Amino acid sequence: MELFLHQVLAGLATGGIYACMALAVVMIYQAIDSLNFAQGEMAMFSTFIAWQLLQWGLPYWAAFFLTIGISFVAGVVIERVVFKPVQNESVLSHVVIFIALFAIINSAAGFIWDFTIKSFPSPFGTRELFGQRLISAHDAGMIGITILMLVLLYLFFRYTRVGLAMRAAAANPESARLAGIRVGWMVALGWGMAAAVGAIAGMLIAPVVFLEPNMMLSILLYGFAGAVVGGLTSPLGAVIGGFSMGVIENLAGTFIPYVGRELKLTIALTLIVAVLTVKPSGLFGRTVETRV
Amino acid sequence: MSAPLLDASNLDAFYGPTQVLYGVDLEVVAGGITTLLGANGAGKTTTLRSLTGMLDTKGEVRFDGRSIAGRATEDIVRLGIAHVPQGRGTFVRETVEENLQIGAMSRRDRAAISADVERVYGYFPRLKERHRQQAGTLSGGEQQMLAVGRALMLRPKLMLLDEPSFGLAPLLVQELFEILRALNRDEGVSMLIVEQNAALALDLADHAYLLETGRLVMSGPAGEIRNNETIRRSYLGY
Repeated sequence: MELFLHQVLAGLATGGIYACMALAVVMIYQAIDSLNFAQGEMAMFSTFIAWQLLQWGLPYWAAFFLTIGISFVAGVVIERVVFKPVQNESVLSHVVIFIALFAIINSAAGFIWDFTIKSFPSPFGTRELFGQRLISAHDAGMIGITILMLVLLYLFFRYTRVGLAMRAAAANPESARLAGIRVGWMVALGWGMAAAVGAIAGMLIAPVVFLEPNMMLSILLYGFAGAVVGGLTSPLGAVIGGFSMGVIENLAGTFIPYVGRELKLTIALTLIVAVLTVKPSGLFGRTVETRV
Repeated sequence: MSAPLLDASNLDAFYGPTQVLYGVDLEVVAGGITTLLGANGAGKTTTLRSLTGMLDTKGEVRFDGRSIAGRATEDIVRLGIAHVPQGRGTFVRETVEENLQIGAMSRRDRAAISADVERVYGYFPRLKERHRQQAGTLSGGEQQMLAVGRALMLRPKLMLLDEPSFGLAPLLVQELFEILRALNRDEGVSMLIVEQNAALALDLADHAYLLETGRLVMSGPAGEIRNNETIRRSYLGY
């Protein structure tokens, strides 16, 4: 029983990171109808920036928030410079652009900081919380920060004017333009926020998986799985999907014989296929209807 | 007659390589209601979309003394042209009240925005009853009212209305057109209305244009066109 609880809690902790990546993917997907394959690499690069700031002697939280700010600006700039010129091209062009971004960011990180594994500090420490063996302080901190961030994002989109404008721009760009909303800037803002969310995810998971240019590869896969399972049209679904991925991965790895560490990723991919077969719009997604 | 609020001259429009409007000259006087009539596919919707920069155009468009041809839709809208599109442009997942707030997104005067929400509810009490409901759950007629309400939230000088009667029950159509008349009379909102229902539009408007396959074929005071039997028979079909 204790093992079970421990695995569930640890699963929620990594699941929170998957949820962040899933949410970042969904935020961009809703604005531009394409999956950003480079989302994970952007998060990895942000984490390296945080590491560099820490190396230069900044206190943890200063580096943390500075990195979020830098990532936000970088996300906006990437949208304006790289994506905006091709936004009306076909989906395949988008895919190629995203794969290029992936490769460029990955190599740039390797070029600047090389490919050796680096350790990344946790602000919460790695000891067990309250001396219990159920959950480590870092896992608890991860869950806490993830939930805090999700609540803030919810409040932003639900109750602020800019949040409403972003929702309008994503839901019906043409009608939003007719209301005088600058849709292009709303999309750029979405990229900035997605990059910031990714940065938080990267900085929180780095103490667990260690910092190196390929650290986000499998994490983004789980994020995609969470987003697809929850539904690409539903931010809440993506978050729930992300958390479930973490828990399912941990439980399967522990309790199903032969799965172990090696086959855990297979579970995520199997789930994607299963959900897409049964309910293509995802568990919480809606089918898009067009009235003619 | 006062100076034209909107003045398009020699307007061509294109969908990709295909030309769909040919040299359209069109005016809306300040405080006036102009209607644009024509059969399906004559280019009525295209004309409205050209005026708010939603497709590629050539030619000159002036609004309120400024040239707006070739400018981005959101910039044109911010000058005071509210476009109620065909299909109503409802934000279906947002509430009725949020839809109205979206209409005021280009404004910053918060107190006046709240007052305007109440003003819209004054015109359309049904919207007030449903203000917390998701807009996608409204009936077609209610969504049309919401579209007009959202346009009003912009405090427009000119409203472009694309088939406001489309899909509405006759009684609702009467009600909606009464409100449009009141808006024009009491608040001085100028209008350019595209309508299938020519009789209804000619009744409301003071000036009319007739469009056929992308070209203007006739224009004149609405009363004259209404009373000209040849035009009615050959173009308006009633």
